[in-house]
Amino acid sequence: MKAAVVVFPGSNCDRDLAVALRNAGAEVTMAWHKDDALPPGTDLVAVPGGFSFGDYLRCGAIAARSPIGTAVQAHARRGGYVLGVCNGFQVLTEMGLLPGALMRNAGLKFICREAALRVATTNSAFTEGYEAGQEVRFPVAHHDGNYFADDETLARLRDEDRVAFTYASSLNGSVEDIAGVLSANRRVLGLMPHPERAADPGHGGTDGLALFRGLVGQLAAA
Amino acid sequence: MKATVTVMLKNGVLDPQGEAVRRALGSLGFEGVHGVRQGKVIELDLTAADRAAAETEVRAMCEKLLANTVIESYRIEIA
Repeated sequence: MKAAVVVFPGSNCDRDLAVALRNAGAEVTMAWHKDDALPPGTDLVAVPGGFSFGDYLRCGAIAARSPIGTAVQAHARRGGYVLGVCNGFQVLTEMGLLPGALMRNAGLKFICREAALRVATTNSAFTEGYEAGQEVRFPVAHHDGNYFADDETLARLRDEDRVAFTYASSLNGSVEDIAGVLSANRRVLGLMPHPERAADPGHGGTDGLALFRGLVGQLAAA
Repeated sequence: MKATVTVMLKNGVLDPQGEAVRRALGSLGFEGVHGVRQGKVIELDLTAADRAAAETEVRAMCEKLLANTVIESYRIEIA
């Protein structure tokens, strides 16, 4: 299973994401933002956390329109898998691959701590390694994680079972405490919390392992 | 030709920063501020000489990059 981790100027979770994917059995290549094509045979694109392009204009806005961004969108349109964590989630909403937007946290503060989440659906390659409703703990580290979507979009997300993770208690003002959402074909996941920072006993928690193992296992079998 | 783009959060989208500014104004003794909305202004220097063409171009820029129309609205002034 081949994964490509995209690197923008200002990305800072790219290595963590690569390590988590590699430990789960993926063959990982890094893809620079100026590249206009993904490495051949890429099954999964992972868009890491950080502060791509200094968060200029809006978080993720410039990264979404970079040369590699165009390739990532084409990959998703072909039915390819994409995982976006934190700034990666912001990038995916800016690309229009996921609905809604991430706004400034309601409390205006940067939130950097471990958060309890609920697995809202197990119907995806990303979440099938969990139990429905299971509580997991992933670190969060963001200033703009306040998920917003209009009522119509929220209804669609609910009806189509596309909310992947919710915060167990209100964290940043996100509507319906949404922490992560899936695309309509369930192959694109964006989430603000960091599963790659809970993927080794040294991290103080390993709740993120099931996401990477499940994903790599599914894609390797496909 | 110069264009000024004003980007604001849409009505109905909560603006936590504007709300913090409103409270700060109140604590400074400025009473009677019912609401504050914070946005951004983007100034563009354009080579276009034709006003209508410039507006069409800037509108495309807003839709593609300058505003996130999921949460933001924009206003264009050409001078």
